[in-house]
Amino acid sequence: MAEQSHAPAAATPVLDVVDERLTRQSRWRRMLSRPDLGAFAGAVLVFIFFAITAGNTGMFASDGVLNWLTVTAQLMIIGTGAALLMIGGEFDLSVGSMIGFTGMVIAIPTIYFGLPIGLSVVLAFVLAMAIGALNGFIIVRTRLPSFIVTLASLYMLRGLTIALSILFTNRTIVSGLKQYSSGSFVAQLFAAKLFPGFFQWLADNGIINKLPNSQPAVPGIPMLLLWALVIAVIGHIVLTKTRIGNWIFASGGDANAARNVGVPVSAVKISLFMVTAFCATVFSACQVFEFGSAASDRGLLKEFEAIIAAVIGGCLLTGGYGSVIGACLGALIFGVVQMGILFTGAPSDWFQVFLGAMLLIAVLFNSTIRRRVTGER
Amino acid sequence: MTTAETVAAAKPRPREESGRALIEVHDLVKHFGPVVALAGVSMTVRAGEVHCLLGDNGAGKSTLIKTLSGVYRPTSGDFVVDGNPVTFASPRDALDAGIATVFQDLAMIPLLSITRNFFMGREPVQRFGPFWFMNMDFADSIARDEMRKIGIDVRDPQQAVGTLSGGERQCVAIARAVYFGAKVLILDEPTSALGVAQTSVVLKFVRQVRARGLGVIFITHNVRHAYAVGDIFTVLNRGRTMGTFIKSEITLDELQTKMAGDKELQDLSEELGGTV
Repeated sequence: MAEQSHAPAAATPVLDVVDERLTRQSRWRRMLSRPDLGAFAGAVLVFIFFAITAGNTGMFASDGVLNWLTVTAQLMIIGTGAALLMIGGEFDLSVGSMIGFTGMVIAIPTIYFGLPIGLSVVLAFVLAMAIGALNGFIIVRTRLPSFIVTLASLYMLRGLTIALSILFTNRTIVSGLKQYSSGSFVAQLFAAKLFPGFFQWLADNGIINKLPNSQPAVPGIPMLLLWALVIAVIGHIVLTKTRIGNWIFASGGDANAARNVGVPVSAVKISLFMVTAFCATVFSACQVFEFGSAASDRGLLKEFEAIIAAVIGGCLLTGGYGSVIGACLGALIFGVVQMGILFTGAPSDWFQVFLGAMLLIAVLFNSTIRRRVTGER
Repeated sequence: MTTAETVAAAKPRPREESGRALIEVHDLVKHFGPVVALAGVSMTVRAGEVHCLLGDNGAGKSTLIKTLSGVYRPTSGDFVVDGNPVTFASPRDALDAGIATVFQDLAMIPLLSITRNFFMGREPVQRFGPFWFMNMDFADSIARDEMRKIGIDVRDPQQAVGTLSGGERQCVAIARAVYFGAKVLILDEPTSALGVAQTSVVLKFVRQVRARGLGVIFITHNVRHAYAVGDIFTVLNRGRTMGTFIKSEITLDELQTKMAGDKELQDLSEELGGTV
């Protein structure tokens, strides 16, 4: 063993002999430099903490799990979009307003103008992505910081949502969508519960809890979870395994350097704004079909939650570094803690304190990682 | 199941015959509004030659190379590549014509891996059903091999470029341009931010590139670095060509004097003991 490691050092560096020790070291180093390492450790800690403090409260029973998984899935959807955009070097603060806006675009035309519900949903996606593209276009063209441009769209969209819903319906909460949507394909697409028979069977056999009316406590896997999983998996694969992923990293790492070697930076950034808008619309569609209503204040502050999930997941605020897996773990931490605090019975205000502290720790940790990766001292 | 069609973005290029003119510019003029940045510059870059572009700040070096690399369009003048007159609309056009520019600071993205930097904008892709994925194994092995050829042993091509030294980064950028079939390499002050040892790494690599038959335009402030690798020297001053000299015709000191250009500066230089 010892002889082996001495031999390559004496030979020319062109030899194909690989020193085992070095490989192991670099793999270790590569693992330590993973953007999602901190979020993974955080998630493990959070689970241990609540297993101890809330282990006997039903938090880890089937309905409890569904509870925090729902929050996690919602945040995974917009967090994936936010992470991709942040790696591409931009922010989108209009995500929250977009959720409120697209909810209304689904509800109002269906209920008040008689538009088929499927068309309303398509309209919501088209409008949202057009607004996303416009955000991106303004930012790419004017080279203004995305922070300020999307802050403007945050206010304009929210105001527009309230103003238009009052104009058309004279109210800010539009309910009664269920009668239009029940049985429709889009309602199934965004709010169906998967495998109800299996969950009934689980309840009948006492594996999961039953409600007093003998329904299972968890009627099935909500489509929301499936959407979150699909979006996250696609986001992760595109980012790490395709050339578009390489362009996203390059655009966020150094837009000029990327342009100089022919990366279509503007197209990448505009597309990423359309992706965040798409994710926001999926979020709102799931919510609208779940509740059967839309409200103009939906999605308030969600843009920050999405960014927090991405940052806890290891995305650098300056772009060019991060991962979708990290953002999903960030969303998981968020969901577990927000719901876990309710289960422990502590005042929910503590969640905000925790969130702020978590964010600060994550940012400090990320800048350490960044120094390790770039070799800065 | 897997259709392993690896589409390499470029193949190693056949050797250029030495001495053929690759780029010719004649009376190149560039105005920015009322400012005359280039007032008639002429130069010829030949295969297998290192053409050094010397000049003080404001001499028009940057404008010239940005024009050659497709960032700016010349106001007037002839720009001939491989015997054909060209107008580049973007850096991409220049790249496609075989003119690759390695900018001083903008060459590499420190946070990205060596492989991702090396193949940035020209990722090798592999088909898997209807989807195209980046062929990371292929990219890693090429990046590692190309770096090995120039004597830089990167054990892990997935490591971030930020972990490399400044000289190594310049070398990655140059190796990338060479690999992707550049005929003319424009190096913008590749040594200005480097220490002595790192400078020699880069200069050595420039020589290797020349030996492969590429034309190199080497922009520098440093006459010593230019003289170490250059075959031919063009001195710019105030947007004009002050002269083009072959290495055998001029000494290092004469070149320094030409570059200083101004009589007053020469006097000052002598006052300071010729150390400027």
